[in-house]
Amino acid sequence: MADHLLSWMTFAPVIGAAVIAGLPGRYKDLTKWIAAAATAVPLLLAVQLFLQFDRTTADMQFTEHYTWIKSFNIEYFMGVDGLSVPMVLLTALLSFLCIIASWRIEKAVKGYFSLFLLLEAGMMGVFCALDFFLFYVFWEVMLLPMYFLIGIWGGPRKEYAAIKFFLYTLAGSVLMLLAMIAFYYNVKDPVTGGHTFNMLHMMDQANHGGILDLANVRFVIWMGLFIGFAIKVPVFPFHTWLPDAHVEAPTAVSVILAGVLLKMGTYGLLRISYPMLPDQAVGFMVPMAILGAVNILYGAFCAMAQTDMKKLVAYSSVSHMGYVLLGMSAMNEVGINGAVLQMFNHGTITAMMFLCVGVIYDRAHHRDINGFGGLGLQMPLYTTVFSFALFAAVGLPGLSGFVSEAMVFIGAFPTHRTITVVSALGIVVGAAYVLWMLQRVFLGEKNAKYDSLPEISARELFTLVPIGIIVLVLGVYPMPVLDLMKVSLNHLIKVVAG
Amino acid sequence: MSMDMLQIPDWSDLGGFLPETVMFGAFLLALLGDLIARRRPAVPFAIALTGALTALALAIAGLDTPERTILGDLVVVDGLAAFFRVLFALVAVATMLISWASEEIMGRSRENKGEYYALIALMTGGMMVMAEARDLLMLYLSLELVSLSSYVMAGYMRNSLRATEASLKYVIFGAVSSGVMLYGLSLLYGLTGSLTYVGIRDALAAGAGDPLSLLTVCVLLLAGLGYKIAMVPFHFWAPDVYEGAPTPVAAFFSVGPKAAGFAMMIRFFYTTMQPAIDRVDWRLLIAVLSVATMTYANLVAVRQTNVKRLLAYSSIAHAGYLLMGFLMLTAAGLQAILFYLLVYALMNLGAFLFVIALNNSLKSEHIDDYAGLGFRSPWAAAMMIVFLFSLTGLPPTAGFIGKFYLFAAVMQEGWYWLAIVGVLNSVVSLFYYMKIARTMYFTKAPADAPAVPIAPLHYVMMVLLAAPTLALGLYWGGFKDLADRAIQHFTAI
Repeated sequence: MADHLLSWMTFAPVIGAAVIAGLPGRYKDLTKWIAAAATAVPLLLAVQLFLQFDRTTADMQFTEHYTWIKSFNIEYFMGVDGLSVPMVLLTALLSFLCIIASWRIEKAVKGYFSLFLLLEAGMMGVFCALDFFLFYVFWEVMLLPMYFLIGIWGGPRKEYAAIKFFLYTLAGSVLMLLAMIAFYYNVKDPVTGGHTFNMLHMMDQANHGGILDLANVRFVIWMGLFIGFAIKVPVFPFHTWLPDAHVEAPTAVSVILAGVLLKMGTYGLLRISYPMLPDQAVGFMVPMAILGAVNILYGAFCAMAQTDMKKLVAYSSVSHMGYVLLGMSAMNEVGINGAVLQMFNHGTITAMMFLCVGVIYDRAHHRDINGFGGLGLQMPLYTTVFSFALFAAVGLPGLSGFVSEAMVFIGAFPTHRTITVVSALGIVVGAAYVLWMLQRVFLGEKNAKYDSLPEISARELFTLVPIGIIVLVLGVYPMPVLDLMKVSLNHLIKVVAG
Repeated sequence: MSMDMLQIPDWSDLGGFLPETVMFGAFLLALLGDLIARRRPAVPFAIALTGALTALALAIAGLDTPERTILGDLVVVDGLAAFFRVLFALVAVATMLISWASEEIMGRSRENKGEYYALIALMTGGMMVMAEARDLLMLYLSLELVSLSSYVMAGYMRNSLRATEASLKYVIFGAVSSGVMLYGLSLLYGLTGSLTYVGIRDALAAGAGDPLSLLTVCVLLLAGLGYKIAMVPFHFWAPDVYEGAPTPVAAFFSVGPKAAGFAMMIRFFYTTMQPAIDRVDWRLLIAVLSVATMTYANLVAVRQTNVKRLLAYSSIAHAGYLLMGFLMLTAAGLQAILFYLLVYALMNLGAFLFVIALNNSLKSEHIDDYAGLGFRSPWAAAMMIVFLFSLTGLPPTAGFIGKFYLFAAVMQEGWYWLAIVGVLNSVVSLFYYMKIARTMYFTKAPADAPAVPIAPLHYVMMVLLAAPTLALGLYWGGFKDLADRAIQHFTAI
């Protein structure tokens, strides 16, 4: 397994999905255990990856390189660097916990778990692929399971949410497809002289030629890629699929959506757009910062207006992804490290929040913020856990969200003074909507209707506590993750901003 | 008329013409068998199927034989023709097998089951000749042979009002467009003084024809050929015919004659009209038609509630995608078309097969009646999802690879606006393909929904079509080579 670590991480879930698909539908428990095993494999390998990853180099590691389609120079090329490893870790962790969190799924168990495993494979593949074609395939493969997971196991407006998600994402990715083909024909493989999909070759400006020498073409390609990734992040004004999808999706799928899928957008920008079109990235700094600020403030204000807990968390994601954009636009080491750390932290914190919302929804069968009250008396342990997650989201010092947000602001301030100052207001609004929700749900008069709500169960705690520990540890000592990415990101920023 | 027309055909010419001969022979024998063994459709079916399988074997064996012209210069057997022969034989075999288990074709009340298989054999032979024609007479003859047999097939259910209407519409549309085309052919003959493609090409290269008359010729010819491939604005027959004809017939029409139309267009335009491109920019004309075709069809498909009509518009849209590759005039474009046609045959037959298989028990093609099929018939529905994803062009299916090569060919030649229109169109198409998926999986079946048993033969065929649709999305090297080899010696490029 050590030789093909990344392939095993990516395809172990596929094997699991195939086994489950072949299993008769009546073995529901066995199905769940197989799914848990199939996600435990990548998790264990992720631990190995974490331990063995060389933190002193910006080169790709654990690479696997094979010819796939010779006549079109398509390769199976996998590898990770400091940018991808945190995302791989996040994916492995959240996928495993989400399988546990889905234990009470009763409808079409076989379908649910095999689709979930396919989803994990797609996400892993995206973060490991170094061949653009391969990257695109993984990027799209994820859409199918996601569509069905929302559409079959989702809430009342699931059909609308599922197709909206699908159409938005596909519209973005076909633009990426064209950009990819444009790269293919205008980038030369330095060894063979032929066209190539190798991302590392595409990142080397010396290999660019043809229409890639024209500034306006580069701008068009940049915009195509940017829109494709922006839809995924989602950047205002492409964000409208997100509240629908997050709200209608079942809990575990919301966790994956917010925890991992959104990161694919910013990951794409950093893995593809930035190094392949550095001149355009620098030219787009200010618009990117403005979009980041809009995301932060618009998302926060929208969150404040919500009465559905899940929708509130969904809009908080829009807001928090804005910090990532702002950090990326800073074009300095602190900013970009903060941005990627924020990607990781948002993944963990928002996962906690969605899992907590799921806990209460399973019991009360609604998520109306105004429909509760005084839950703190009824479910003290649950209240503690949820408050912990909410405070982490606010950016309370000592918890991980604070570190990355602070880094983003420190990085962005010298580059975009006014925009950063305005964005900082987002913290205040963020505190407002979170505390207001906390107050309405957990404090105040106890609602007699919920006298018999059971406390959070051991299984639910099992999904929340590991993430909570990570949030706490990274809040006090963020170096385990920062060390992973520092060298690669500093190299990236040197390439882009000189 | 040139002298070589008068050459006396040599018997040895038949050697290169074997698959076609087998198909025509199978047609005659199947008719005869039907006559002798009345009420036992198994006899003509077996004859036609044996013929198609033999033709398939011969066509595969003939893939690498060198180019030769036959019957003077009337037809040519080259890599391109050899490729299409394999495709047509495959489609014929698949259609016959699918039809055999279809209630629409084999139901108790049908009395002309034998003829049906004979007609498929005849049409397949005709389509093969369409791909080989290198002379205006042969072009018209083979086109009409295919058209006439398809009119009869469309009206196969002769006591169904819908089918009769469809068939009549088809005849009228077909007659008009082929008449229009014939006029164009006569103009072309008048301009160049030759009936053979080679003669026409030489005359055009020497400067025959002024821009206006050449444009007229192109437009008139496109009426006839565009009708065969269901290109906007000559597509009006397609939805009605697909809806009215028995579903297996619609499946066959959407794949076979369409591919034959493309084969004919490729040979005609690439061989003869290329020298005229300085006087009439027919590439731009076709680019506009391509955009109109896919955009119109995709937008209209969104509103369909009948699966057959929906698939009809989808197949019109696919003609639009294919036209993009056609007008590139490059090897990459042609290879992309050939590969796409192969993939399209798999996935489109697959999607139609699902409709046919369900029609046996549901007796309906209304999308709403597919509610809950994802749970009532999970494996078949899952395979349908593969076909639908492939038709949309999503990885990891063959449809994505096909579209990828098409767009790559378009981008390579710098037609960026066309590529953008093309990809946006596939986003629109996602919506209506997913309409079927949505009904099958997200909508609960009504309590009184009938059971949906699927004929074992249909199951087998579905697996045989779904497996390559998926497998070619993961590794397509060999199939792509097949398409690439087909045009290696195609002298027009």
